[in-house]
Amino acid sequence: MSDHQIIAGFMPLLDSALLVTAKEKGFAEREGVDLALVRETSWANIRDRLAVGHFQVAHMLAPMPIACNLGLTPLASRTIAPLALGLGGNAVTVSNALWAEMERHGARADLDPARAGAAVKAVVAARADAKRPQLRFAVVHPHSGHNYELRYWLAACGVDPDRDIEIVILPPPLMADALGAGNIDGYCVGEPWSTAAVVARRGHIATVKAAIWKGSPEKVLGAQALWAENHPEALTALLRALYRAAIWCADPGNRDELAAILARPAYVDRPAEWMMPALSGNIDVGGADSVFVEEFFVPLAKAATFPWKSHALWLYTQMVRWGQIGHDQANEKIARETYRPDIYRAALEPLGVALPGANAKVEGALKHATPVGSAGASLTLGPDGFFDGGLFDPDKVDDYIAAQSRSGAA
Amino acid sequence: MQSSTSLAILVIDENRIRASIIEVGLRESGHDNVTVIHDISAVAHTIAATNPDVIVIDLENPNRDVLENMFQLSRAVKRPVAMFVDRADRASIEAAVEAGVSAYVVDGLKRERVKPILDMAISRFNAFSRLTRELEEARGELESRKLIERAKGILMRSKGLSEQDAYALLRKTAMNQNRKIAEIAQSLVTAAGLLGEDQ
Repeated sequence: MSDHQIIAGFMPLLDSALLVTAKEKGFAEREGVDLALVRETSWANIRDRLAVGHFQVAHMLAPMPIACNLGLTPLASRTIAPLALGLGGNAVTVSNALWAEMERHGARADLDPARAGAAVKAVVAARADAKRPQLRFAVVHPHSGHNYELRYWLAACGVDPDRDIEIVILPPPLMADALGAGNIDGYCVGEPWSTAAVVARRGHIATVKAAIWKGSPEKVLGAQALWAENHPEALTALLRALYRAAIWCADPGNRDELAAILARPAYVDRPAEWMMPALSGNIDVGGADSVFVEEFFVPLAKAATFPWKSHALWLYTQMVRWGQIGHDQANEKIARETYRPDIYRAALEPLGVALPGANAKVEGALKHATPVGSAGASLTLGPDGFFDGGLFDPDKVDDYIAAQSRSGAA
Repeated sequence: MQSSTSLAILVIDENRIRASIIEVGLRESGHDNVTVIHDISAVAHTIAATNPDVIVIDLENPNRDVLENMFQLSRAVKRPVAMFVDRADRASIEAAVEAGVSAYVVDGLKRERVKPILDMAISRFNAFSRLTRELEEARGELESRKLIERAKGILMRSKGLSEQDAYALLRKTAMNQNRKIAEIAQSLVTAAGLLGEDQ
């Protein structure tokens, strides 16, 4: 028996896993939610169809609801993020030609962001000296974790992402082809779209999101605010279903089945083997090299579904950093209030879910996995470090924004 | 004052048939300055060359994010571009999204000059999707008929029935199981295929 009908938009990406599993493994149904999933072709469509009410919720880039509420998008309706759809999951992939150049400048197949970044910096300088064209990188959307982590990584390695290279926008399924055709030199994208280039021998994975900023936000459940306000029971039921889906996705025993479900034509529509690197953490980086990345994609552990206000605020600081919006107290408030841990807590506390004691944390402070005080079950957080040792204190947003520059670490 | 015919309109649609339907519609309503492209890879160049006042793009196009970013960066686009839809005009937004089309206009362009273009695009997209749907339904029906023919053949061969009796058996089974005749025929054809009987 279904009490609530919910239509969710999603993009064909591995981190649609929680939504897909909630439907396919019956978690939604058991919470009384008749969940329909609609695959979309662009984030713009997700945004528009949420705005006109075709979708009540959607798989969204973590900065998207904030960008909507700040009025940065052509069409927007008030959107909230009451749950995150996991942590991490992206990689930076470069063309074979660029990788060969990077190797000559010290890059190794170890995904180390500092070493890979130093190599990119050297390549950028060498190309400028030789009057060769600038490197061109692609990301999926201007308001995306991909854009911000690529820029953060490059800037921290001394490459100005606006002046020294070019960044363009491309849909994920087209990236591997564009790389192979030489239209771009590299890209930052969610899985399986880096694996797609490696499988086709068109590219090499240079580094990963989980190494640039461990345990960092990537996708959230975006919900139309008006719908959420008018249907609190439906949203609560959906959050519970998604949390149970996260438990299922996190079980290594379910990996093969999860990969097979995601591979279906209705979802990612690519071979199940392409899903395995992200799910297992054994990343084929290109050549014959494979690197194990702990917590490459985290669906459940480390409060991976908790909508941290410190995540929202860090994403906001990057919008400011890259000139997408000016900083003032009103904008900061909009960003902070877009993420709704209060709704998350109210929905999941009755299930005995491990809840963090606070709604924000100092990002980058935990160098090791650390047990933290929590309501209900025990909870371990971290490590959540930035590769350059940076710290983001959500109580000192002004200072962080003042300190960050277009190149060089914040 | 410019006449309405002088608006430069760029139509981006990978579906060539639909693009030409839109183009014809625009020309019929007096717009002569219409450029149509099917492949987004040339869009930056085309925008720079044609300097459009209005851009119409289909919602199936995975490159909408690419296009919107172009407007934000304004490297290729010299003038600021916004999505056409007053935030207040919810009906327009809904109609456009329903139809599967969106339009972007140069900021400052008068609403009454653009509205008819969007309305035309919406109605042509709607008509087109209805056409597609009807085509799909017709194709489905054709498939069903073929399946039923094959199923009848199997029954006639294996049970020695007349064509009429074979059809009656299919129909009776369908009614008993509360399914469509085509579904029963499909099951029969599949089973016969597995058993190597559908020669």
